[in-house]
Amino acid sequence: MTTHSIAYIAAGRRQRQRRWMLVTCLLTVLALILCCAMLLLGNTIYPVRDILRALSGEELKGVSFAVNTVRLPRMLAGLFAGFAFGLAGNTFQTMLRNPLANPNVIGITSGSSVAAVLCITVFHSSRATISAASVAAGLATVLVIYVLSRGRAFSIGRLILIGIGIQAMLDALISYLLLVGAQQDIPAAIRWLTGSLNGIQLYELPPLIITVLIFTPVVALLGKHLSLLELGEQAATSLGIHTDRTRIALIVSSVCMIAIATATTGPIAFTSFLSGPIAKRLVGVGFSNVIPAGLVGVNLVLAADLVGQFAFQYRFPVGIMTGILGAPYLIFLLIRMNRKGVL
Amino acid sequence: MSTSSGSTRTSPHSQIPKNFAIILLIGLVLLGLCVVASLVFGPRLVKVPELIDGLFHPDVDSYGANVVRKRISRTVFGLFCGAALGVSGALMQSVTRNPIADPSILGVNTGAALFVVCGIAFLNINTASEYIWLALAGAAITAIFVFGIGSMGRGGATPIKLVLAGAAISAALSSLVSAVMIPRAYVMDQFRFWQVGSIGSGSWSAIATFTPFLIVGVVIAFLTAPALNALALGDDVATGLGVRTGVLRLIAALAGVLLCGTATALAGPIGFVGLLATHLMRLVLGPDLRFVIPMSALSGAVILISSDVVGRLIASPGELEVGVVTAFVGAPLLIILAMRSKVRSL
Repeated sequence: MTTHSIAYIAAGRRQRQRRWMLVTCLLTVLALILCCAMLLLGNTIYPVRDILRALSGEELKGVSFAVNTVRLPRMLAGLFAGFAFGLAGNTFQTMLRNPLANPNVIGITSGSSVAAVLCITVFHSSRATISAASVAAGLATVLVIYVLSRGRAFSIGRLILIGIGIQAMLDALISYLLLVGAQQDIPAAIRWLTGSLNGIQLYELPPLIITVLIFTPVVALLGKHLSLLELGEQAATSLGIHTDRTRIALIVSSVCMIAIATATTGPIAFTSFLSGPIAKRLVGVGFSNVIPAGLVGVNLVLAADLVGQFAFQYRFPVGIMTGILGAPYLIFLLIRMNRKGVL
Repeated sequence: MSTSSGSTRTSPHSQIPKNFAIILLIGLVLLGLCVVASLVFGPRLVKVPELIDGLFHPDVDSYGANVVRKRISRTVFGLFCGAALGVSGALMQSVTRNPIADPSILGVNTGAALFVVCGIAFLNINTASEYIWLALAGAAITAIFVFGIGSMGRGGATPIKLVLAGAAISAALSSLVSAVMIPRAYVMDQFRFWQVGSIGSGSWSAIATFTPFLIVGVVIAFLTAPALNALALGDDVATGLGVRTGVLRLIAALAGVLLCGTATALAGPIGFVGLLATHLMRLVLGPDLRFVIPMSALSGAVILISSDVVGRLIASPGELEVGVVTAFVGAPLLIILAMRSKVRSL
């Protein structure tokens, strides 16, 4: 065993680092390809040169509208929302040490959806108000779930059960609001129940982009602490982490991202749930998979949107594609967890 | 174990729960009030003479009397649905020996929904009597599937495992439902009215379709109640008392699926009624299913009709579907149950 000394450990670490770099680069390249595909593909396929000219601001008949008003906002929304969902979902899953404990299952996205639907259909608020309200509602949901699940002894199982209960209530509330707002047209309902990139306008995007740009560095910097939190409360504390402070910072950043992304695209089903586990598979253990998880989210959303748009005769919204993709994985995960007796 | 004959089968009269008569009376009075409220309230408030005309003088042809007559079928339909869901909740909870089992939580409603949508889309089915069989098949298959996944591994079907399996399968199935539905405008049109979970469509023909299923399900529930009581003591004890647990589980679960599948087929998915009704009755009556099952029917009907009335009042002049109201009332109970349960039993 003595031969397995520092050199051995360092070599392993280098290998893992190489793997991390490789995976991150590949995911980035894939995401870029998907972004290009989002701009290129559509009812009419324009030459690349025309698209570039339209993007740089030239007025080209037809091309400018298709690219700048339809495809670009759609691509950007998918890009940033996917990143936000993936990164924040991974944070929750890692922090609570259970892949099922993600914003989609425990009702945080529903909380933000309620606020966004309320602001949009009933109060007709401004973008800023919508963003603020959905962040506040997301944080409030987290707080309520946490307070209710504290009990005599904290347990993840109880937290998830309570989250599912809260989610049922919030979903009922969304149905009610969609009814009262007299906007129970189908696009709105689909957007707020499963998530969709249809009809997103460029002016809706700045809050989402700014939030992602602000909070990604925060979470990435805390990423190392996050992997220590994964070892458990006591281990993390003895390694010198302020567990409470770190946790609060992580929760607030993640909820902000989730909430703003939800207010923009609706809760794109299962993205926040799938990204973390997939990233972990790809990266392996030992390195923070914060950024890879975000990139997986981007790839999932963009790919699902492309498939939904072009693979069938009818155009399906992205949330339905991710839902069909994600649910079997959730079932598989449940079966595996039950076998192992983790729950 | 003591084998004296008295300990296993005492006469039912000696075990009538305390206050049973009072609770029954309160339940019936509440039910009466709910029925009257359901006839009176709505977009148009009916006056007392009109109510009496509508109920007892079939020859009077005033507007108000006709409104009352229209609401009678809705109310009866609500009674049937509530009773069916209440009994179904009680059955499922005792079959799975799990306090959180409810058709909506186990994903059974979504399974029924998927089959109905596929029937409308691919088989050109559009009458309620045909929906029923599809919904029943969907409900049964989903129930088996969810329970199968939920009971894998250590400790059998714990609440958390069942709920998660139900939530996961519901999510999967509802994506499929949307995927089948969205490209077909006509399916969407038909299905939207169904999916919201409302008793507004309750007609006499729906009630007629419902009746045989309700009777069969309720009779089975009553007949199996004593054996289910034994099952509550655990499989070993139940076997020792001469209960064939496998057969019993199968029959009782089939009756539960029959009841909630029929209610879902005709009214659409209405969640949490079974959970609420049964827990309320357990709370006041104790665990004896011979009393809990019939009273769950009563309390289910009260809950459903009062939720429907509330839905009509708060969204007036429109109406809020009863499924939305029951979810809002029922989900807190799920939360309370989760808060009170011990960590180990999750």
